[in-house]
Amino acid sequence: MNKDILICGVGGQGTVLASKIIAASASAEGESIHSAETIGMAQRGGSVTSHVRIGKDAYSPLIPYGNADLLLAFEPAEAVRNLKYLSSDGVAIVNTAATKPVTESLNDTGYDGSKMVEYIKKKCICIFVDSDEVCRPFGSSKFFNIVILGIAAGSGRLGLSSEILLKQIEKRVPGAYVEINKKAFLAGYDIGRASVNE
Amino acid sequence: MKEYVLGNGAIALGALASGVNLVAGYPGTPSSEIIETVSKYPHDGVHLEWSVNEKAALEVAAAAAYSGARALVTMKQVGLNVASDPLMSLAYVGVKGGLVVVSADDPGPISSQTEQDTRRFADFCRIPVFDPSTPEEAYEMIRDAFEYSEKYHTPVLLRPTTRVCHAYASVEVPDEYRPKEYEGFVKDSNKWVIFPRLSYINHGIIEERNVKIGQDFSKYRFNTVTGNATKAVVTSGVSFTYVKECIGDRRDVRLIRVATAFPLPEDFMGDALDNVSEVLCIEELSPYIEEQILKVAGRKNLNIKVYGKLDGYVPHNGEMSTELVSEILGKYLKTDLKRPGIDISDMPKLPLRPPVLCAGCPHRASFYAVKKAMAGQKAYFCGDIGCYTLGNAMPLDMVDTCLCMGAGITMAQGFAHTSDAVCFAFVGDSTFFASGMTGVVNAVYNEADMILCVLDNSTTAMTGHQPHPGTGRNMMGNIVDKIDIAGVLHGIGVKSVVTVDPLDLDESVRAVKEAAGLKGVKAIIFKSPCIAIAKPQGKCRVDTDKCINCKKCIKEIGCPALVTSEGRVMIDVNLCTGCGLCSQICPVSAIGTGGVK
Repeated sequence: MNKDILICGVGGQGTVLASKIIAASASAEGESIHSAETIGMAQRGGSVTSHVRIGKDAYSPLIPYGNADLLLAFEPAEAVRNLKYLSSDGVAIVNTAATKPVTESLNDTGYDGSKMVEYIKKKCICIFVDSDEVCRPFGSSKFFNIVILGIAAGSGRLGLSSEILLKQIEKRVPGAYVEINKKAFLAGYDIGRASVNE
Repeated sequence: MKEYVLGNGAIALGALASGVNLVAGYPGTPSSEIIETVSKYPHDGVHLEWSVNEKAALEVAAAAAYSGARALVTMKQVGLNVASDPLMSLAYVGVKGGLVVVSADDPGPISSQTEQDTRRFADFCRIPVFDPSTPEEAYEMIRDAFEYSEKYHTPVLLRPTTRVCHAYASVEVPDEYRPKEYEGFVKDSNKWVIFPRLSYINHGIIEERNVKIGQDFSKYRFNTVTGNATKAVVTSGVSFTYVKECIGDRRDVRLIRVATAFPLPEDFMGDALDNVSEVLCIEELSPYIEEQILKVAGRKNLNIKVYGKLDGYVPHNGEMSTELVSEILGKYLKTDLKRPGIDISDMPKLPLRPPVLCAGCPHRASFYAVKKAMAGQKAYFCGDIGCYTLGNAMPLDMVDTCLCMGAGITMAQGFAHTSDAVCFAFVGDSTFFASGMTGVVNAVYNEADMILCVLDNSTTAMTGHQPHPGTGRNMMGNIVDKIDIAGVLHGIGVKSVVTVDPLDLDESVRAVKEAAGLKGVKAIIFKSPCIAIAKPQGKCRVDTDKCINCKKCIKEIGCPALVTSEGRVMIDVNLCTGCGLCSQICPVSAIGTGGVK
């Protein structure tokens, strides 16, 4: 399997864990796997990306523009910022809940992500989800990184089974949070499945 | 067994597999995870330390290598500037056990002050350098580097770049690691004491040796040629992977990769360039290989047209990417190498997202207290390297200068001697130990009027929370005596040293005002732990009945947890740590603290 997955968001949203779970799952399936992370200053509220490349034909640690099969966007403007990575038949799974940068709060330009969502709709096959809404039962939108994995798996676009992903979630989240993360994954999975039927 | 690790992890595991006995370094993006990885794997018998700075790390390692042990030193590229004094001399003296210095370059730069090139440093010091393209290669090359170091009795550089350090890949590693057995130090002052005579003799020996290393490198397995077209591309490091993405299986270009830029594998280059009429050099940072090709072409009288940075064909600054390479290579090969994708030329304006101090960061409170205390007065604020460089962002705007590690303290003195402003230096706890202390000695001795603000958050936050001499933990896993910053300052002779909690705004402002009224060197230690390692205090809440929506909280401190929703000030409970700074700023006491745990 050759598959490029770009995960993007804002520093602190938990994109790295999502990337690690995908990488470990693909690796457990015997795939050749490479990934790359944003580490350093940008982690302090800046734009961050994780590039996950499954398959032997990947040379560069970063996905070339127009090559990603899947874009997992934790924030609508970050989705637009990284749309250049998506291939013309790729799928974007996008959180509609905007994270306002401090600069926006200072200048109050009214950024709320809605324009971004409209733009993405015109550009590619996409699945939208509101992290605040979907994470409400779990008490914190910090679980969105696991929800979005569930959506990707449920939509069939990830190419990885939910069993193998759940196993990695179990391995990589602290014991006390395993059950709630599993629920978060399954909630996402249902959304992903439903999107296929639509 | 297979391990899926960062490039930095691959370097660490490669060093362990080489039987490394001592690992030392100073944190710096993109190199920090090397030492952290060693600490997470079994490493019995290996001495592991975060040294106080890069110079100390290299000197500790040099003695181990004199003893025949294998030593690894890690740092980012600007750290190599700090370590350059011992490295330059060590290059003359040489080593017995293998000594490898990993200096991670940062094209872009992404998290650094400079776009310097460690390959030039290798040339400057006349020592070999290895330049991996991938984490897998980094794992192989660190092992080769130790072999070359011992074979030629020289320190060796390994130069990964950010994209190699921060890429993950699988490497095949041994099930267990065993440190090398070594002889121990054998006294010989003719060998280990650097004197002008020794340097003169060794200089000659080193130049003769480098010719031999160049011949060895000409057979090195990572110096490669693919294809036999008359048009060639020469590349190195991660750029090699971008070129491969672009070239695919095209046969109209010869691909030459140079993994050992110094000493130049001249025989290899001669063969690789045989029958080549044009060559394009794709490399990050400096046009190092490009210059070497011009030299080789000159000496061997080759009629080759060389394209690269020197003729403006390739940009000097910034990192390479598959996209940039496809553009340059497309022009060179007179073809379109761009991939089809989604047209985003009509993209809406995106919000800017510069990195900022985290919600609840005590540095924000420290900067704000100084700002309040100095309102209306002429004051200069000298910053330094760390998270707190982000104090420059609006609305705080509290960093007037930032140069290099420790420079804030000494620059404040320069301003004090040449202006009538109140001169402040802000330094973090780790930076204070790394290169701040000598600056304070300089201030006391030379009678500078300055206020030193130590932003003590009890960790090295920017690079991933490494321990340092003030934290009471070291990398051997031991609890050790904390080196007390106030005690150090007293010892140096700073007369006024006060410690305050920056989250107590009134007390902090008072401390700054008092210090500003005194002569000489004054120090204020703003002590509060980094919010990434401390437990949150709870959450702040805006009482919407009381809030007059003046937005003073947002405008004054720019905390990411303070947001507006439908025009009203709100607190993002996912980000708020309950530090309470905003509640001390609100003119109508509409923000409460500790509401929700």
